Amino acid sequence: MTAPPDDCLARNDWICGDYLATRRHILLDATLQHLHLTVVSVLLGLVVALPLALIASRWRWTAGPVLGVTTVLYTIPSLAMFSLLLPLYGLSSTLVVVGLALYSLTLLVRNILAGLAGVPEEAKEAARGMGYGPLRQLLAVELPLAVPAAMAGLRIAAVSAVALTTIGAIVGHGGLGNLIYAGMNSFFKAQVLTASVLCVVIAVAFDLLLLGLERLLTPWRRA
Amino acid sequence: MKTLGDVWTWLGTGTNWAGENGIWHRLTEHLLLTVGCLIAACLIALPVAVTLGHLGRGGALAVNLANVGRAVPTFAVLVLLLLTPLGRHGDWPTFIALVLFALPPLLTNAYVGMREVDRDVVEAARGMGMSGGQLVRRVEVPLALPLMLTGVRIAAVQLVATATLAALVGGGGLGRIITAGFNLASTPQVVAGAVIVAVFALLMEVLFEVVQRLGPGWARGRTR
Repeated sequence: MTAPPDDCLARNDWICGDYLATRRHILLDATLQHLHLTVVSVLLGLVVALPLALIASRWRWTAGPVLGVTTVLYTIPSLAMFSLLLPLYGLSSTLVVVGLALYSLTLLVRNILAGLAGVPEEAKEAARGMGYGPLRQLLAVELPLAVPAAMAGLRIAAVSAVALTTIGAIVGHGGLGNLIYAGMNSFFKAQVLTASVLCVVIAVAFDLLLLGLERLLTPWRRA
Repeated sequence: MKTLGDVWTWLGTGTNWAGENGIWHRLTEHLLLTVGCLIAACLIALPVAVTLGHLGRGGALAVNLANVGRAVPTFAVLVLLLLTPLGRHGDWPTFIALVLFALPPLLTNAYVGMREVDRDVVEAARGMGMSGGQLVRRVEVPLALPLMLTGVRIAAVQLVATATLAALVGGGGLGRIITAGFNLASTPQVVAGAVIVAVFALLMEVLFEVVQRLGPGWARGRTR
């Protein structure tokens, strides 16, 4: 009979270099899936949120219903949200993407709307005085000035999405959440800790990336 | 449409409401967990925020905590605590994780509320000879109450949501109906559980909305 190996995997340590070395591919796949789910869902949320915010800012009476519906969506707990979408999308990654997109919608609509509302009247008048049409005024003056507020919403939405993706493990599409879920069932400490830390690292990376993007998009604010 | 009918049938079946796995029992568990964690979190966060706000210190901490809370997945913390020695003590890991995630909104809002108290009012109170303690009790806390209540509201609604995740780590609460539904591959049960959870969360939000709208003046805050 051979003695059991005395390494950190056999001891079930929290921090384990052997785990990183032997499970590199699993970790990489889970991380890529996590990134994919997060990026697609936030982009989808942005694509839906921008027109909604523009409509709500153009026709004031629509602002109430738009904000109301998105706030109700935001109140629904994540596990319930994914479950409510089950009849529509089944056990698929689409379910997770749509659920996360619905969450980011609230933050994005609210912040874009606040950004548009915060555009100074003088700036709009100056644009009109320079002969800008409504579309050009929107694209060249109002939207750029709304970028800081919108980006604040986007950063919160992205960071939240990274954390919420882990709940997707309930339908088998949770990126690093899958590893946490599996690690819980097998009491695999190193796997749970590594996946959790990677989640936080991804969230911080997104936050910094979007902060950099905001600076690139608003060069006039650096002066 | 067929699913909706099945969900309705599931909700209308008496046996699904009774017993240890029934809706009533899970609802009670959920309510107790939410309220218990909310009280514990308030007892920890509010005195700290009031003290820091009064002294005008630790603002960066109070604000950054909210960002940290967002970046760390609740599910990850639940599982991490479950795998520590704490995990052998029943519901403690869930309780601790939930309280931890309820702290940031409470701390941030109460701190900001304390700091937003008009400096002139504070100076006037000092001029009247109020001590630090009197200032806190009679001036700063009453004026900061509306924002504190907003923090409690955010924490409460969030607790209802995070309490459903307790089911993922084997805890009780309404999330259990959903996870049991997944295990049974019963879509009607999953959706029915989700509907109950969503309604519960919305009711909590509405409850606070009503309290803040109809409550006494101190709960509403002055209109600026």
